[in-house]
Order: sequence, then structure tokens, then C-alpha cells
Amino acid sequence: MSSNICTPENLVYKKTSLLTDKVMHYCPGCGHGTIHRALMEVVDEMGLQDKTIGIAPVGCSVLAYDYMNIDMQEAAHGRAPAVATAIKRLMPEKFVFTYQGDGDLAAIGTAETIHCCNRGENILMVFVNNAIYGMTGGQMAPTTLEGMKTATSPYGRDVEKVGWPLRITEMVAQLNGVWSASRHTVHTPAAVMKLKKALKKGIEDSMAGKGTCFVEVCSSCNSGWKMSPVEANKWMAEHVLEYFVPGDIKVDGKMVR
Amino acid sequence: MEDLRLMKGNEAFAEAAIRAGCDGYFGYPITPQSEVMEYLMKERPENRTGMVVLQAESEVSSINMVYAGAGCGKKVMTSTSSPGYSLMQEGISYIAAAELPCVVLNVVRGGPGLGTIQPSQSDYFQATKGGGHGDYRLIVLAPSSVQEMADFVPMGFDLAFKYRNPVLVLADGVIGQTMEKVVLQPQRPRLTEEEIRKNTPWATVGKSIDREHNIVTSLDLQAASQEKHVLHLQEKYREIEAAESRCEMIKCEDADYVLVAYGSSARICQKAVDLLRAKGVKVGLLRPITLWPFPSKEVKELATRVKGFMSVEMSLGQMVEDVKLAVEGKVKVEFFGRCGGIVPAPEEVVHAVETKLL
Amino acid sequence: MAKFKGSIVVDKERCKGCGICVSICPNKTLGMSKEVNGKGYNFAVMVAEETCVGCASCGRICPDGVITVYRAKED
Repeated sequence: MSSNICTPENLVYKKTSLLTDKVMHYCPGCGHGTIHRALMEVVDEMGLQDKTIGIAPVGCSVLAYDYMNIDMQEAAHGRAPAVATAIKRLMPEKFVFTYQGDGDLAAIGTAETIHCCNRGENILMVFVNNAIYGMTGGQMAPTTLEGMKTATSPYGRDVEKVGWPLRITEMVAQLNGVWSASRHTVHTPAAVMKLKKALKKGIEDSMAGKGTCFVEVCSSCNSGWKMSPVEANKWMAEHVLEYFVPGDIKVDGKMVR
Repeated sequence: MEDLRLMKGNEAFAEAAIRAGCDGYFGYPITPQSEVMEYLMKERPENRTGMVVLQAESEVSSINMVYAGAGCGKKVMTSTSSPGYSLMQEGISYIAAAELPCVVLNVVRGGPGLGTIQPSQSDYFQATKGGGHGDYRLIVLAPSSVQEMADFVPMGFDLAFKYRNPVLVLADGVIGQTMEKVVLQPQRPRLTEEEIRKNTPWATVGKSIDREHNIVTSLDLQAASQEKHVLHLQEKYREIEAAESRCEMIKCEDADYVLVAYGSSARICQKAVDLLRAKGVKVGLLRPITLWPFPSKEVKELATRVKGFMSVEMSLGQMVEDVKLAVEGKVKVEFFGRCGGIVPAPEEVVHAVETKLL
Repeated sequence: MAKFKGSIVVDKERCKGCGICVSICPNKTLGMSKEVNGKGYNFAVMVAEETCVGCASCGRICPDGVITVYRAKED
């Protein structure tokens, strides 16, 4: 009975054509797919496919270039901000973004992240924080929570020995080159809509030459956390978001937190 | 009219870059090549041609900026010196794997480690055998004058784009710092986006509706296709070996002995050849201009008619291995070198020839 | 106020059965299939078709983009 309303004129939502038809290699329930789609939907809605160059990281989303139907470069581990810098400098009229995980952006690529932000490169940085190294099999990330068990912190993260989970978004927000910094999630449909708004503003502002627009997305890694996808989202809301508090940190060049 | 100037090697390289229509230079200061970026910053090429010049936070970052620009079909370059060049190896491996064209200058200083800031040629192995991880080669050009520092920039870009392969200009502190006269080539225009889309259809300049999305990557998780890719690279390297090996032969026609030397060592050997000939010893000089591909064919041919070779290097014996490979034991191959930043005098070379080779 | 009737189409071969759509569906329209797809995953299905209003929450959150959503005004 319901099938008869499934006609083109009644269509309200379908996957954007800016995602390819390749089946994503991500684990069931992984937030990367949702974040990829949110970003590509915004690029699609803004009609920027032919002006966009994306930079994929090393980590779980290393193959993002297979899924996003735009021109992309795959950067060496941590170097996406340097890659994006050069592309934007050489072609200032393009929209350039990096898509990076926590190991890539906040550990091995910290120098590139900070200096890119400090120069105020007119790019969008999408930072996916799932508090673990997913691709290599669940090792400790710079953002792993205190006491959280991973393959390289099997007794829980001992902050006395390995330091505290790094709030790099709050760090870069302090830099003059950063125009906006905010933290989002994709564990509810409302959160996805909010993320899309932030991405859109980040694209507009970076294209307008305001500076670096930094969007962190907290996402669950159910495989790494050893939970079901639904449990992982619940755990993230209860624990990760306690430490990595969602919301705006810097808006239009002004600190709001 | 001829544009004749008196310039340092490093400055000539920088000026030649602007004139070659280079789109971007990304670097990090290190002695003895900082004049390259200093010259570019002072010259404001953004006003002359629109060329981008950026001081990065490290050599790691600057080589990845080169990767990025090259991936967009742009003419991009960097320059550094030995420790910085070591830091760049990961990026260069990626550039070679992704088959991107670029020009990199290494003004070599003495190593290992932080070593010294004085001139050296001890990065020969690193330059000619790959340098970073994986099966790959760079085209390596060895200037022995300020004129060649300038000339090898446009030539480097031409080779880089012809083969979609990084080109390394391997100089040393002497060539970088010495002032000589140099004739500069006229300005070449920078490529337009239209030309880039046409000449380098693989470049990531934004997906147009008439083509699939372009991807610049060095990753291939499938063993079979990765092997195919590496074999394809090897095939390209064989093609380069066959077509691009270059050398200069000085007084080799009647020579009984031949010195093999590149860069500033070749300049020293030229004097040593004259001194030896004045003593009645028939010595010639073979100066490799491309270190990879190495001019093995020429060395091999000489080995059929001379009594011996001596490789003269500012290292403790690196290129001598390639000379031996080419000579295949037919005649003797000796070595003379200084290291640690010491530049040998022609008389030392004469003495080495007299005691080791004759 | 006009009422809406919704429906979804799940690309069941691409569904990885994570169940996130089921967990966030405001009207409890969705559930998991009893059978499995070619990859061995249970996939999302409408278990209470009549409750769907076509809000597209499931489509927006699906990590694999396998849900297409339709909505029509109810007569």
C-alpha cells in the first residue's frame, strides 16, 4: 500500500550524487559515512562540485576519495593541512577542505594543523574525533578518554603517563587565523542537520577569505570501542561529549566559550 | 638581447624558477641554500608572474605542499639541504608513487647527522638510489656551474612533466654559494587552468561534468594492481635510462686515464686534468650531468680503451660504485675523496692519480 | 493540519544492519529483517508501515546512505 507513494514527485530524501556508488568500507554504524554524506550534500546544494578539491587523510577515511565524487588528493599521514594550504594558495578561487581523523590531525599532523590554522588558510577543516585509532585496530588516540581501554592502553588511559585527551579544537580556536571553531556529532538526525549548517557556513566563510574554518565532529567507533553501533552512540553521548562538549567555540572570529 | 648577470648559484636557481613559469615555491630555511627563498621573497614574484612563495613550518610540510601543487598540474618546487632533504623523503616517495612532476633542489652539506654546513657530495646514494621507501627513482641533475643552476630549472620542469616524475637538482654548497656570470633565459608564461586541464588531464583542479573525478593518491591496497603500478614505474625508468642520460667528456679522446666527477668536484678535476697533462699524463674527465640515469654507456665505452678510472667525490666513495658497475672489472677503478665539508684542491687529485692510478 | 504519509526504500544489499535508523526512528516504524542480505547482514525494514510520516530522519543518519524517503499528503 505504501509503495504507491514511492514515486519521484514524492521523493524527500535520497543519497546525493556527490557520493559515488562504491560501497563504503566502513564498519556498520560508523559515523564517517554520515559525515561524508553531510559534507557532500552541502557541496551539492551549493553547486560547488567543479570548484571543490578535498584532501583525504591517512586513517579509516583514507579512501574518502573513492566515495566523494569530487577531485581529491590523498595526503601523507598528518600532512593534509599542508596539502590544502598549497592547493588553496595556488588556486584561491577553489573550495578546499581537509577531512582528517584524530590521529592524523591531532597527533602526527599537529604541526601542520597548528601552522595551517595560524596562517589562517582559507580552507575548511573537518576533524573527525572518535577517540581511537580505528584503522590500525583500536589503539590509543590523542583524544582517547581518561581510563578508556584501547589496544595500547589495555588498562585504561593513564593520564599521568601519556597525558590528557587533547582538545585540539579549543587549542586552534585561540589562533588569530581561525575564523570559526565548533564541535558537532552525528548520532541524531538533529545533530546531522546542525553539522550541515556549520559545514555550509564554513564553506561560505572560507571561500570569502575569512580564515580557517574548523569543524570537529565527534563520532563513535563501535568496532574500536567494542560495542554495538547503537550502544556506541549512547556511550558517546554519555561519556565522550562530557569531555568534548559540543557547540560553538569561536564564531566569526570571536571566542564564545 | 642576452640577459647576463653576476649571481650566486642559489639566486640564479631562484630567478630561473620565476622565469621558468613556476607556479609555486614552498620551502624552509636551511644553510647553505637559504638564499633561494630569500631571493624569491625579495623579488616578489607574485607581482611579476603570480608565482606563490611560501615559507612552510618544516621541510615535511614544504614537500607535501609540493605534492599538492604538483597534483594540481602546477609547476612547483622546493629547495633544501641534506638534513632537510632527509626529512622530505616520505613526501618524495609519495610524489614518485603518484607520478607527479616537480623540481627539488638539494644543496648538499656534509653529513651524516646534523654534520656540517660546509659543501659535500655525500648524499649521492640517497639521491640516485631512491631515497625514501619503495621502488622508485628520481631524475637527478648535477650542475657544476651557476649557469647550470639556472639552466636546470626549466630543463628540470620539462623532464618532470614529460615523465610525470620528480626531478632532483643535486648541487653542493660550492655551487650554491659561488658567484659567477650567468645568462638568464627569457620569461616563460605560467600555465593557465585551461592549459592545465588540457595538458595534465589527471590534475585535481575541480571535477568538470565531462570527466570522472580525479584522484591523486599513492595508495593501492590490492597487491595485484600495486605490482602492476610498480612495474609501470619501472618501465618508465627504463625509458628514462635509454633517453635521458647526459654527460660531458673533456679531453677523453686520447686519454689513458679518466677521472669521473660531478658538480664542484668536476670543476676541481678539470684543473687537475690540465696539471696532469702538463706533466705528460694523458688524463680526461667524464662529468655526469645526470647522476640518475648514470651515463653507464659512456663509461663502458671508455673502459674498452683506457687503462683506468678514478672517481673523485666529496664523499667517501658513493658514485664510484656506479662507475665500477659500468666498468664491469675491465680496467681498474680507483677512488679519491674528501669529506666533512672539505673541498679537495686540484693538487690533491693530481697526487691521488699519481699514487693510486698510474 | 495536513497529515503526511511516508514510506522508505532500503537498498537492502548495501545495508550493513547497524540498526542506527531503527534506534532514532521517532515513530518506531523501522525494525531489522529476519532474513539476511548477500553480505550476511540483517537489513532495515518497515515493521509498522502505517506509522511512517516521511520525516527522513533515517535517511539523514544512515551511515551508508541506503535509505530513500518518500512523503505524500494524506487524502
